[in-house]
Amino acid sequence: MSALGSAVAAEWVKVRSVRSTAITLGLFAAVALGLSWLIARSFDPGGPADDALLPVFFGLLTAQLVLVTFAVTTVGSEFSTGTIRASLAAVPSRGRLLAAKMTALGLTIAAAALIVEAAVFALVRVSIGDAAAPLTEWWTIEALLGGWIHLTLLSVFTAALTVMLRSTVVTLSVLLPVLFLSSQGLGNVDAIKPVAQYMPDQVGMVVMRMTVPGDPQFGRDYGAWTGIGILVLWTAAALLGAWWSMRRRDA
Amino acid sequence: MIEVHELTKRYRGKVAVDGLSFTVEPGRVTGFLGPNGAGKSTTIRLILGLDRPTSGTALIDGRPYAELERPLTRVGALLEAEAVHPSRSAFNHLLWLAKTNGLPTSRVREVLAETGLADVAGKAPRAFSLGMRQRLGVAAALLGDPGVLILDEPVNGLDPEGVIWIRNLVKRLAAEGRTVLVSSHLMAEMALTAEHLVVIGRGRLLADTSTEEFIAANSGSTLEEAFMRLTGASVEFQAGEGR
Repeated sequence: MSALGSAVAAEWVKVRSVRSTAITLGLFAAVALGLSWLIARSFDPGGPADDALLPVFFGLLTAQLVLVTFAVTTVGSEFSTGTIRASLAAVPSRGRLLAAKMTALGLTIAAAALIVEAAVFALVRVSIGDAAAPLTEWWTIEALLGGWIHLTLLSVFTAALTVMLRSTVVTLSVLLPVLFLSSQGLGNVDAIKPVAQYMPDQVGMVVMRMTVPGDPQFGRDYGAWTGIGILVLWTAAALLGAWWSMRRRDA
Repeated sequence: MIEVHELTKRYRGKVAVDGLSFTVEPGRVTGFLGPNGAGKSTTIRLILGLDRPTSGTALIDGRPYAELERPLTRVGALLEAEAVHPSRSAFNHLLWLAKTNGLPTSRVREVLAETGLADVAGKAPRAFSLGMRQRLGVAAALLGDPGVLILDEPVNGLDPEGVIWIRNLVKRLAAEGRTVLVSSHLMAEMALTAEHLVVIGRGRLLADTSTEEFIAANSGSTLEEAFMRLTGASVEFQAGEGR
């Protein structure tokens, strides 16, 4: 196996061998499914067809906080326990260790997000029957695909941020208010919206069709795939920052 | 072989290691001594490439640590025994380490047996005594069957049986022709284990000599007396002395 492949295999052992992984990912599934089920129960099929995506994504958009917590604690525990020194002694190349960590974590999150999203979609379909968003429509597939990419990239973004800040508590203290407030409040305040709408979490609302372009209050100046592009840039910047931080600082 | 040459490390203006040069030869146990704050742990982190030196070099078999391929097969290190994830089992802790360097799972079982941890392999270190964590750290150091071993305070927290086990282990590893560097502040232990000593104080080299010569040269009847005589001027805090 290549050196990077070995390092990824090691990082995967790390992810799967702590109990908190199963607990947080289980909680992510429970929150997403539970909330979507509640919304689906009170769903009124009278509106536009793509309103049927609301019950699917309302749960996922809230549950992303749990997924972000998983990403942050997984990376943060490496620093808080001092395991990072054993990791660097075993894999002295900072870039390789970071790439391996982000790959293993990113793939784990991508798999979890895909499974939970599919389960939520199926649950909503069972709940509201024919009023559910049809998989034959491109906008349904586009939203599901975009939502999956969003959940994965946002988690990798926060994981990279944790490498820079080297602390679970500090990272979550910065992230959770931002993820809560800007999604559900600040992003809609007219005075700061021109800037705030480009925050990494804002993309999710657009991608998951929680808002539509042109909506006077909740609308954003960009569409779903531009939104994904914005998130890719945020993630790339965070990964670069993490790499720079690991190379520059002593362990 | 470990070669440290003119190694210097400053943290925010404070000098932790100051122009340090010494060589650790294979085939014998070299004790690494110094008062608290002398720079022992910093020196070890520099050798392992965890910290970057301000200037100077530290080489393992002629190469900087960061350039070693599959470094666990060249150097085994025991740093802080506390630095393990509390809920990851001993087996899985060693397994991820083994994976990084492409070592087989059978090696994990071998070192678990060698360090007496086979029965608790599936348990989380949260429930371990400090002595068991030290054994886990030693198991990690032995994983790649390396030719160089660097053990930072290995007998810390060990019961008498564990102390004897470590003593015999490091002697055996040296007898097998490996390079063994053991740091400790326990003089009596070092006198029993180390044939050669590297003594530092305030980041500088104070002595690099055989244990016998060191005791004779510093006119002590024990290593402890000789050590106190030599390092008296370089300790940072002394009992009963106002600062």
